[in-house]
Amino acid sequence: MQDLLRRYGPGLTGLICLLVAFWLVMLVILPNITLFEQSFRPYLPVVDVGGPRDTYSFNNYLKVLDGSTETSLFGVAFTIPVHVKTFFQTIWYSMVVTIICFALAYPLAYYMAKVVAPKTVPTLLLLLFVPLWVSEVLRAFAWWIILAFKGPLNALLQGVGLIEDPIRWTNMGYTGVMVGLVYTYVLFMLFPIYNAVSSLDTNQIEAADDLGASWWRIHWRIVLPHAKPGIASGSVMVFMLSAGSLLVPSILGSTTSQWFTQTIDQWFKDALDWNTASAYAFLLLILCTVFVSVAMKLFKVKLSDIAK
Amino acid sequence: MHKLRLNLLHLYMGLFLVYMIAPLVVMSGAAFNDNKLPSIVPWKGWTGKWFSEMIADERMMLAFVNTLWVAVAVALIAILIGTAAAILINSVSGKLRTALYGMMISTILIPGVVIGISTMILWTKMGNAIGTEFFLFNPGLHLSVLGQVSYIAAMVMLLVLARLQSFDVGLEEAALDLGASHGQVMRRILLPHLYPAIGAGAAVAFFQSIENFNVTQFTRGGADTLTVYVFSKVRSGITPTINALAFLLILVTLVLAIFYELNRRRLARIEAAREAEARRAEALEEAI
Repeated sequence: MQDLLRRYGPGLTGLICLLVAFWLVMLVILPNITLFEQSFRPYLPVVDVGGPRDTYSFNNYLKVLDGSTETSLFGVAFTIPVHVKTFFQTIWYSMVVTIICFALAYPLAYYMAKVVAPKTVPTLLLLLFVPLWVSEVLRAFAWWIILAFKGPLNALLQGVGLIEDPIRWTNMGYTGVMVGLVYTYVLFMLFPIYNAVSSLDTNQIEAADDLGASWWRIHWRIVLPHAKPGIASGSVMVFMLSAGSLLVPSILGSTTSQWFTQTIDQWFKDALDWNTASAYAFLLLILCTVFVSVAMKLFKVKLSDIAK
Repeated sequence: MHKLRLNLLHLYMGLFLVYMIAPLVVMSGAAFNDNKLPSIVPWKGWTGKWFSEMIADERMMLAFVNTLWVAVAVALIAILIGTAAAILINSVSGKLRTALYGMMISTILIPGVVIGISTMILWTKMGNAIGTEFFLFNPGLHLSVLGQVSYIAAMVMLLVLARLQSFDVGLEEAALDLGASHGQVMRRILLPHLYPAIGAGAAVAFFQSIENFNVTQFTRGGADTLTVYVFSKVRSGITPTINALAFLLILVTLVLAIFYELNRRRLARIEAAREAEARRAEALEEAI
């Protein structure tokens, strides 16, 4: 702080601190505190706000438990509140998306970092960046076209003779959502792992190879451990983006797929109950915080490694 | 490496590129199909009418203009805040640094839905509390700007902070010793060093803002941005005008990418030529 004052004087230092304070207080801390505070208040007509009925309670959070639905897991049937089910399904499918993305991205990251000629890497990266620059809504829309009942995918599969009748891809539970999420976020897994593997000394791989290690052993003992920070960063990014995505589930979702963000959106936009929406949003925030903390512990990485 | 495995990897890379690019081709192709539904099958002949319909779509054009305004505003505010934050972080240390830095980058990980709702609630409640009808406190795209800045500023901060690591503080000391004012030190020494990072930050902020859906969806009030408009169109039955728009956007992206690639190759060639010359000169010197 003293250092800043000496170099830029009181005026500029004040301006710098003011800008940062505006960001952290007005745009980050206060909105989240308000969200938290509002989530305990009931949804009331304007005249009643601040009146005797405007008291704190857990009612908004308890709405998660309203309305039960029959579910079965591993053949065991039980009833579970609808929103709780949505919550866990969001977590589960986000995790599946993350794992698929990892499986797709890891060989590719290794290929780009260690196999392909270094001269072609920038061109490859650029080719991969093109879909990333096209906005998320258009990428989801592209898959909406492809998966349509009378769309290109069914036409192609029928043409090749793999299927007889067209398949309703967008009416198969979470299939459409998963396809869309993987396509949209796989690159967020690829780039961190690529960066991590790039920094591995190729001599280590060659030494292991010379000493007779099998290829999977080389990956298991050398490449994977080295890529760990990249994997952690990629996994956290993909999971958070998937769980927080509203676009893809809304566009590619079926009648039987419901994403937790969609539930929040319905409380906010359709029911106009901002307080309950706040409570649900806060649950989502807690989920994400827990997930990041667990990932940090599990992979033994710091927050600053993830945000890169 | 084993020959078969190598070929499999090459094949996989090729397939992956097809997987990434093909949906964009399908989407672009549907822009030229004379079919009321956006698709490439069945192909009913070439047409350019979706492009003229797109130009005639006033709501879309308005949304386009809105998107640009929001993106420019976000880029401007985010580079101001991001640069200030990077300078501040770079000059504090210990627990304060850890706390500030942690809070700043955690904003990147907050779900957009949460940012959108919390921003919306804070500002409208504040308006109610003060009892004012001033536009700042009503839902609208200005709230979208504020919400987007809250996490995009962190991205700018990371870029500028990385650039600050290569800054020689001695330069500032020298300037101060030689009688430069504080303003001059900032304007003539520190900022010129940071310009590349600030430029990159502005570009990142601009594109992140165009991309944004979650924050905008909850804060926009009645106004549209392009992303929100496309979304509402996709949900409520669409004509291929969206495909025409997508085609144009992809085209712009491609042109930018090719331009960037050619420029990179030119620089690489110049670099290689320089190195070759340096080697020749060295060899010559040794010969003498």
